[in-house]
Amino acid sequence: MVRGRYRVVHYLNQFFAQIGGEEKADVPPQIREGAVGPGIPLQQALGDEGEIVATVICGDTYFGENIETAAEAVVELVAPHRPDVFVAGPAFNAGRYGVACGAACTAVSRRLGVPVVTAMYEENPGVELYRKEVFVIPSARSVQGMREAIPRLAGFVRKLGLGQPIGAPQADGYLPRGIRVNAFAERTGAQRAVDMLLTKLKGEAFQTEYPMPTFERIPPSPAIKELSAATIALVTTGGIVPRGNPDRIEAASASKFAAYNIAGTDDLTADAYQTCHGGYDPVYANEDPDRVLPLDAARALEKEGVIGRLHEEYFVTVGNATSVANAQKFGRAIAERLLAAGVDGVILTST
Amino acid sequence: MRLELGIVKIRDVQFGETTRIENGVLHVSKSELIALSLRDPRLAVADVELARPGESVRIIPVKDVIEPRIKADGAEGYYPGMIGGMRSTGSGRTNVLRGITVLTVGRIVGYQEGFVDMTGPAAAYSPFSDTNNVVLILQPVDGLPEHAHEEAVRLAGLRAAIYLGEASRGVAPDEVQVYDLGGAIDLTLPRVAYVYPLLSQGLLHDTYLYGADAKGLLPTLIHPNEALDGAIVSGNCVSACDKHTTYHHLNNPVIKELYRRHGSELNFVGVVVTNLNVTLADKERSSSYAAKLVKLLGANGAVITKEGFGNPDADVMMLCKKIEDSGIRTVLITDEYAGSDGMSQSLADTVPQADAVVSVGNANAVVGLPPMDRIVGDLRSAEVIAGGFVGSVAADGALSVEIQAIMGSTCQLGLGKLAAQEH
Repeated sequence: MVRGRYRVVHYLNQFFAQIGGEEKADVPPQIREGAVGPGIPLQQALGDEGEIVATVICGDTYFGENIETAAEAVVELVAPHRPDVFVAGPAFNAGRYGVACGAACTAVSRRLGVPVVTAMYEENPGVELYRKEVFVIPSARSVQGMREAIPRLAGFVRKLGLGQPIGAPQADGYLPRGIRVNAFAERTGAQRAVDMLLTKLKGEAFQTEYPMPTFERIPPSPAIKELSAATIALVTTGGIVPRGNPDRIEAASASKFAAYNIAGTDDLTADAYQTCHGGYDPVYANEDPDRVLPLDAARALEKEGVIGRLHEEYFVTVGNATSVANAQKFGRAIAERLLAAGVDGVILTST
Repeated sequence: MRLELGIVKIRDVQFGETTRIENGVLHVSKSELIALSLRDPRLAVADVELARPGESVRIIPVKDVIEPRIKADGAEGYYPGMIGGMRSTGSGRTNVLRGITVLTVGRIVGYQEGFVDMTGPAAAYSPFSDTNNVVLILQPVDGLPEHAHEEAVRLAGLRAAIYLGEASRGVAPDEVQVYDLGGAIDLTLPRVAYVYPLLSQGLLHDTYLYGADAKGLLPTLIHPNEALDGAIVSGNCVSACDKHTTYHHLNNPVIKELYRRHGSELNFVGVVVTNLNVTLADKERSSSYAAKLVKLLGANGAVITKEGFGNPDADVMMLCKKIEDSGIRTVLITDEYAGSDGMSQSLADTVPQADAVVSVGNANAVVGLPPMDRIVGDLRSAEVIAGGFVGSVAADGALSVEIQAIMGSTCQLGLGKLAAQEH
């Protein structure tokens, strides 16, 4: 079995590594061969299948005050040991330790591509900060929960070490990371719906399959005081592009936005522009693309002096099944370019 | 109202001199089917191919899917208001060819069709990978406007399915299913309604009730048998994963499930059909009107389904809020658009009243699919249909696409078993 053992590197703070208490919380990252402190019962729980080959230790204050450089130093210390799994904690409800565990795991996962897991109390601030990228096994609030935490953590380390697939949070005992994953259920959606309704009607507890998210609310910017001196830009999610869709923006789930120059153009004609949007009846937009990107009307306002000037580029993407993450990314990038160009206001058209 | 479905099981399909059923095998006259399609002067070219479960075949781009059916009493057509004279559906005997469909294929506008693989990983996602399929490939005459093109293809598919259904005359059904809400009612059981929104957003996003465009409907009450017997036709071609084809309407799984439990666990009190229009005024009007009908039915609970995504999220959230606020408990069936990494918010709109939701999967999830030996249609369209992207089609014909492009993969009537859960 020795040859087949998976390799584990463990992260601990100064306290659990038995260097000292608060007075030693400023020790920088360092590494020791083999298992230390809680690593010893963890090694026992892993048995012969896996081996803790090294332990990285850092003081909580040091890590907290130098999160980026400390995480980078941890990566440097871990890399030569070529681990199959990186495990941190348990941190229980120790806030700085929990954040250090989460940050170290995130850095090792991103930089080395090594599967990572940590354990801490559900309300430890490290959970909220890092749960999306790091498997977190829930533990008790205090160190008295070590005895329960170690076998749970070991079970998960074993799965990662043996390359076994990780299933649902309930089955594999980690805190949900907010990642939606598809799987085939035993019953159809219609059967599940009627079951859920009957349970709800009886007043019994039921479990929704999708808890409603809370949306970020965007406050509108203050009104433009002098519109006649303002530079206005056109931005659309309606997919109006030069004919042939030169940047190949997708009909749905757009992965990009594009900017096109409209200096000297007063009207979007059917022979030069089209929509590439896959989510609405395109006939009318293709007939007259101004219906979605109102260039003709904006030029009229410019000529009348209602607005100062129309920005020479317009921005376009397709708002059709586009993920919120991508939409935020596009929005931020477009806003930066508009700000850099001195644009004062934007007319946003959707479909 | 009593509906009998005489189910004739079809285990294989073959081309033949004449169209007939022998020992569970449907023989199809290709020339008659082509001639029937070309009777519409708006269609220039028609062809027919067959695809069977397990074969290495990829069918793309698919528009509608229809189950071959006729009325046993000889009533003309099967889709009143669309094909044949006007009558009420949902009673009497209907002959159903089960295990076989008509698939209509051909570019229309080009972004909104989907595909079906008859084997491989995509087959697990589509109900039409398990059926024998008669694929009707249709090309329009030059210069035909898009709306006329859509209609010509829609009607050709329905006519072809009725034509194949005619082969059931004189064939003894393998099984007769009876749908009847009558009989003694146990008043202690909860009263459950079904709220059935139909997509109605314009070209390739339209649905028809007795031939009437759902865009113009005020929400209305139908008997569940009417939906199971041809009252609703899809003219709809939004993202392949979550549109309801005509096949889906004929086999609505929520209606079947409520029927299955009718009289034992619940009383099924009726179906409220509503629309999914694009303007806010329409959404407010239709959701208020539908909620009122559910209340008038005296329902204690309602199942709400959805078609499409994004814009329709707003409609179903209004329905959910208004029905819950009138004291009626709801469950909503929806799919999700959480991004290919599953990390984004899944819906475009939410209300706190939507506390009981069935998720039928994240449509943005990407799958890698091997090449197929035979392509029916046009493989390159995989890069432009919703769910595809530049680079979706590899040189050897392998596909990398979102499951959004697979016909019926995240059906929001709950026909399939796919689910999304939080990891």
